Amino acid sequence: MKHALVAAAAVALSIAAPAAAQDAAARGLEIAREAERRDTGWRDEQVSMTMLLQDRKGTTRERTLRMMILEVPGETGGDKSIAVFDSPPDLTGTILLTHARVGADDDQWLYLPALKRVKRISSSNKTGAFFASEFAYEDIAAPEIGKFSYLYVGQKSCGSLTCYVVERKPAYRNSGYSKQVTYFDTQAYRPQRIEYFDRRGAPMKVLTLTGYRKFGGRFWRAQTLTMSNRKTGRTTVLKYGNRSLGTGLSDATFSQQNLRNIR
Amino acid sequence: MRRALIAAALLAAGPASAWEITGAIEAELRGFTQSPAFAFQDDTRLQPSLSFSARLTQDWNGGADRLVIAPFLRWGNNGDGRDHVDLREAYWLHQGDGWSVTVGVDKVFWGVTESRHLVDIINQDDAIEDIDGEDKLGQPMANLSLYGAFGALEFYVLPRFRPRPFADFGARLGGPLPVGDPVYSDPDGENNIDYALRWSNSIGSVDLGLSYFNGTAREPVLVPAGAGLVPRYDQISQVGLDLQYTAGAWLWKLEAISREGHGPRFQAAVAGFEWTLSDLGGSGADLGLIAEWNYDGRDQTLAPATIYDEDLFLGARIALNDIGDTSLLAGVLIDSQTDARVLSVEAQRRFGDNWLLGVEGRFLSGGVAPDPITAINRDDFVALTLRRSF
Repeated sequence: MKHALVAAAAVALSIAAPAAAQDAAARGLEIAREAERRDTGWRDEQVSMTMLLQDRKGTTRERTLRMMILEVPGETGGDKSIAVFDSPPDLTGTILLTHARVGADDDQWLYLPALKRVKRISSSNKTGAFFASEFAYEDIAAPEIGKFSYLYVGQKSCGSLTCYVVERKPAYRNSGYSKQVTYFDTQAYRPQRIEYFDRRGAPMKVLTLTGYRKFGGRFWRAQTLTMSNRKTGRTTVLKYGNRSLGTGLSDATFSQQNLRNIR
Repeated sequence: MRRALIAAALLAAGPASAWEITGAIEAELRGFTQSPAFAFQDDTRLQPSLSFSARLTQDWNGGADRLVIAPFLRWGNNGDGRDHVDLREAYWLHQGDGWSVTVGVDKVFWGVTESRHLVDIINQDDAIEDIDGEDKLGQPMANLSLYGAFGALEFYVLPRFRPRPFADFGARLGGPLPVGDPVYSDPDGENNIDYALRWSNSIGSVDLGLSYFNGTAREPVLVPAGAGLVPRYDQISQVGLDLQYTAGAWLWKLEAISREGHGPRFQAAVAGFEWTLSDLGGSGADLGLIAEWNYDGRDQTLAPATIYDEDLFLGARIALNDIGDTSLLAGVLIDSQTDARVLSVEAQRRFGDNWLLGVEGRFLSGGVAPDPITAINRDDFVALTLRRSF
């Protein structure tokens, strides 16, 4: 509610004072860029993770997967990623390959191990659930700078830290959100919390990022991501395990023709 | 038997670290909804069977080398010829920088369309497993693949041909005539060496593949001989094209071939679209609508008969995207000339982490000879499957 008020105030301000709004937009973009700048140069990443799906009654299901990510630097370049499912067993070996794009739909391929078939799939579905989790496809897509417009809201305490609060609006089509309110800590520009608002502007989901650890000397990664859906009462927790950065993955690994050789 | 021995030898000789083992045991109950077309056919309406599939994988050299062994077995003792064992995969893979080599038995899939896998030619159909053309026998091969900015170039040498399995005479889906042992138009028979190559690439929204195959046709010509049929495998050469254009929620698809060796040279194509309505009403469910047109210019008497001569396919795919990944696929293939129809329904849902419940139905109707449907159009069936994966 308070955030909504802050946001409303920001909107009111933007009508009253275009210059101030311009400043807020510039400041918001500046913070997003600084966060991006600090998270540039890791080249590639390999990480294993457990996805815990929890419904309102507390029933949980577990899925395990591994991800490989290739950094494509620059604001127009989209990262490439591979998600390999290890469980449940009937999904073992299923792979999702994504080439993120700025200003267009991402390119996505699905590898189905039973048929050894690679399928190019539509990625215009942004709002659908990623493998039945509370993460929508657009939540797990690489948050490239150019995919959003930004507005600086102010500073707030977040846990033991202080955060810059930046509102961002999806600049791509078919988003399920009117806006997202992001919290970057002032110390290291790490995302600590993201509040998602549905198309009508009502609060929908909250993502909290905890257990930050430094990898490769200077890159911060949250080891636990918790996405809570206010509407459905469901929660998805992503717990990251072994993670390594700068492992020397090559661009050829992220081609659709190579999917059949990935394990 | 010999293959089983080779597999055992590979197991014994393989590198010492642990094998990763995945697989499934499945119980199936097939129920035929009508009495058979021919008096000599078995009228057992319910036919239970068990299948077992496993995949053993071992990496070494930091993942540069890999051994994969994937046996398959079906057993039902229904006297229908469906009981069989196959090595779906048994290969060594070596991956270099921008290239890979595969030696052994493997499965290779090419293509984009849903109603017919026209371009896909490396593996023989396991036609007794199912009649949908998606189950394949393992194919012995040596493959070199090159990857780069040009996409991928794949070369295949296929040293041994595998004839298509047929249901037993007198069994459902077996047709009116007994099918004899295969004959070959090439004197080398099943030892003729086949070759294939393929170039594929993704350019923006377009995924493109061009392929060439030279060797023994995977489809037999069923030649009347005595009181039955003899499957004859001819030498063919075939050029294939597969193309998909992805535009938002629309997938536009095309597969086309030109084949020489089955009577006069002919062309065949399948083209259409899949359109997905995603996250229906915020429910998370997706609805995909599929329409494909099939054309096949072959001489149905000189070339293997096909049901895809001038057929329209309409299909719908529903994915609930729920915790059990509930999905349903229904489609109907309609022959524009004979009005023969093949209606196909598949649905499945996961229970817990390891159980998968499935239902599958195939309903055939109409047709005029030589449309192959006429031989089996009273063999509609519904199959219930319960699968435990590990």
